[in-house]
Amino acid sequence: MKERAAGPLTSPPIRKMARLVLLLVLLLAAARPAAAQDAYLDALPGLAGGFGAQAEAVERLGAGGDPRALAVLRALSEGRLMKRDSTVILDGTDAATGQALDVTGADTVRINNRVRSALRGALGRLQLVSTNPDERFAAAESVFRSRSAENIPGLEAAIARETVPRVKERQELALAASRLVAPEAAARRQGIATLGGASSEDARALLLEARGANPDLAVEIDAAVASIDTRLTFKRAAETLFQGLSLGSVLLLAALGLAITFGVMGVINMAHGEFVMLGAYTTFVVQEALRGIPWLLPWSLPLSVPAAFLVAGLAGAALERGLIRHLYGRPLETLLMTFGVGMILQQAVRLAFGAQNREVISPAWMQGTLSLPGGILITQNRLWVIVFAILVLLLAIAAIRLTRFGLEMRAVVQNRRIAATMGIRTGRVDALTFAFGSGIAGMAGVALSQIDNVSPNLGTGYIIDSFMVVVFGGVGSLVGTLVGSMGLGVLNKVIEPWAGAVLAKVAVLVIIMLFIQRRPRGLFALKGRAADA
Amino acid sequence: MTLSLTRRAALAGLGGALAMPAIRPSFAQGAPIKVGVLHSLSGTMAISETALRDTVLMMIEWANAQGGVLGRKLEPVVVDPASNWPLFAEKARELLAVSKVDVTFGCWTSVSRKSVLPVFEELNGLLFYPVQYEGEEQSKNVFYTGAAPNQQAIPAVEYLMGKDGGEAKRIVLLGTDYVYPRTTNRILRAFLISKGIPESDIMEEYTPFGHSDWQGIVSRVKTFANQGKRTAIVSTINGDANVPFYRELGNQGIKAEDIPCVAFSVGEEELAGIDTKPLVGHLAAWNYFMSVPGKPNDDFKAMWRAYIKNDKRVTNDPMEATYTGFRMWMQAVQKAGTTAVNPVRQAMYGQKVMAPCGYEEEMRPNHHLTKPVMIGEIQENGQFNIVYKTPNAIPAENWSPFIPENASRRG
Repeated sequence: MKERAAGPLTSPPIRKMARLVLLLVLLLAAARPAAAQDAYLDALPGLAGGFGAQAEAVERLGAGGDPRALAVLRALSEGRLMKRDSTVILDGTDAATGQALDVTGADTVRINNRVRSALRGALGRLQLVSTNPDERFAAAESVFRSRSAENIPGLEAAIARETVPRVKERQELALAASRLVAPEAAARRQGIATLGGASSEDARALLLEARGANPDLAVEIDAAVASIDTRLTFKRAAETLFQGLSLGSVLLLAALGLAITFGVMGVINMAHGEFVMLGAYTTFVVQEALRGIPWLLPWSLPLSVPAAFLVAGLAGAALERGLIRHLYGRPLETLLMTFGVGMILQQAVRLAFGAQNREVISPAWMQGTLSLPGGILITQNRLWVIVFAILVLLLAIAAIRLTRFGLEMRAVVQNRRIAATMGIRTGRVDALTFAFGSGIAGMAGVALSQIDNVSPNLGTGYIIDSFMVVVFGGVGSLVGTLVGSMGLGVLNKVIEPWAGAVLAKVAVLVIIMLFIQRRPRGLFALKGRAADA
Repeated sequence: MTLSLTRRAALAGLGGALAMPAIRPSFAQGAPIKVGVLHSLSGTMAISETALRDTVLMMIEWANAQGGVLGRKLEPVVVDPASNWPLFAEKARELLAVSKVDVTFGCWTSVSRKSVLPVFEELNGLLFYPVQYEGEEQSKNVFYTGAAPNQQAIPAVEYLMGKDGGEAKRIVLLGTDYVYPRTTNRILRAFLISKGIPESDIMEEYTPFGHSDWQGIVSRVKTFANQGKRTAIVSTINGDANVPFYRELGNQGIKAEDIPCVAFSVGEEELAGIDTKPLVGHLAAWNYFMSVPGKPNDDFKAMWRAYIKNDKRVTNDPMEATYTGFRMWMQAVQKAGTTAVNPVRQAMYGQKVMAPCGYEEEMRPNHHLTKPVMIGEIQENGQFNIVYKTPNAIPAENWSPFIPENASRRG
């Protein structure tokens, strides 16, 4: 029709007809948005209904493509949409007519998971044309999950326009997922091929889901799943390794201070866990203190590190000078006394802060997951804890190897009397060493505040593990502590999938017991005179 | 572990002594009625149980302000069993034999209740247990004011399998390793199989108390969920292990729209220590939420805030159950005219209280309350959006029909 209208206009009757056709086209063009608006107005009251009606309304709004629907759906997902009876209120105006309304007595529109999931698909479809690449990426992700054959034309158009490679990649996956449910077998086959090239568990899940509905395509689907599986095996191994290292880094942090106070000085400090807890509470206090200074708040975590070191270090120095030094050479009494100190510290914190957990906020750079090539996902907070543990280890090694304090410490440990005759004040060195070990425990507390509960009994969970790591790695050896903690962490995570979390822990303990039977001095036994002292 | 438990044990006396509030004497005659409070104020369960201690103390203060019960003043006896199960039994014996309490409000975990049960039966004490639990128990010395499985666990799983809940076809049962999660999951497994879900579509895993490293389990759940069927998690994780669990769910990007997680031991109090933004849409099943509309709940919240002098403190289901149980006990004592255990027990049957959940709850002769079931979705502000509730309070089936050995007990 259009072509005829655009053809050469020579004779009057033809011109007349062309005019008519033009009018018709114009009318049609005008009628289309009107129809869409009607769909918008029709669907709108559903949002004020039950969850089933809401989900249906959301789907209709998403399909209509009306620009006003986007604003309404966004408000709904952000919890800003209000309702009174069947009137939907958007930012103080009637969403249907745009007239300002009094919002007193109106309720917020509440949604559930079913509506939320419909909303994700609808918003995704509407935002595929957004100008912001991040929004387009998120939209592709949503469409991928809400897959429906109706998305195909929109996605094809979006891919043709797309210039950002990572968004395009995501959109192609979303297209493949939508094609899986397309009516034509050829499109489904195309979808299967694309998804088979992705190395994500989501793609695998979609393929398996499609398998039931498409017995005729079972061969292709199986091949695609098998190709994903080969890549996933590597991915899972890498993730298990990461989880093991992450658990190992937690053990390392908890044990490092003990490797100094127990490993180097030989003090059995049962209050070690409470120094870790003090560090975690210091983090909380620093965060609360910085609440008034918004620009500094994201940096409260790094600022807490020196603060926690000082707090725990001072507590350690006080403990050593006040109590432990009177009990040198009496390990049993030291054990009981530090045990008591641990209880006092716990109860003191409980009285000061309450028995409830305290919330330490994770800064944005520590939240979420990082995706590595090959689809390997690692959680940011765990990654930072590993980095932090390594830094603290390097710091401890540097302090012992490179500083004068470290030299004096080693001298006192090797031979106290000779060191004293050389003019080293052994008492002061003892206090500093103990404070240093305790301070490291405090720094561990900063990291643990990100992955565990900041509660008065935070430390009790780590004290046994810490002793285990230090004894296993070899008393007095920092490298042994590193190897011991990482080894136990990975071992635990390798056993866990088969045995479950409870049995994995038991199995690790049994392995350590057998190992200590064979090598009582641990992995890295100290040799020479110091070892016999 | 033995070492740290002993340490907690030694703390108990100190915690208890410090928790005793000052009481204003204003009563003419009669020896005070002693009310035992047996909740952990330290250790892994302190996060949940401390608020219950405060609730009992609040109720005692409230009762005393009204002139006490039978004209006698109420006097609390607070002890701290420190999340240490054997210590619960010792402290229960101390309350009954040494302090001679007339009634005890206490326990959260089932393992602690199992630990004190023989003591209450031997010395004929009276215990009010305010927490939802696995059922399979009915003692003449215990009144259970929390939910049995048919008042919480089973309706929640039915919801997940229904249209509004996302039509889950595969279920992950995650729990802490002790009697409540093990028994509840046994019942749920039998229930799921009766609904036609094959064994291969059920995953079951347990972790120790206070577990903090959830990476492996959460990524296994993800793998399990990616087998082409809608999956949901049913969590019976207890105590503060929930905080790192939810944090890991958030960090690994598990959204409620993809894998919803319904919890039976996570309420407003537990959420207070977590950033709830990544958790929006995950669910909890209880018989009360702080967000329940209506006067009974408004009064309850106002009473709590006035007592605790902090507008930010939340209320939750076990607190509501403590409140309801306390009110019922007061009514029963008034009716019996004495605090002696046997007459009070008889007077308890049929007691009714308008509970803060907005329903009238009744104590049945099976020692359990009738209760409404509510399912809520976590919101950004740490409160629950109630997405489902039963029209009536339903009676408890403490002997589950899904456990074959119960056939003879159910009659």
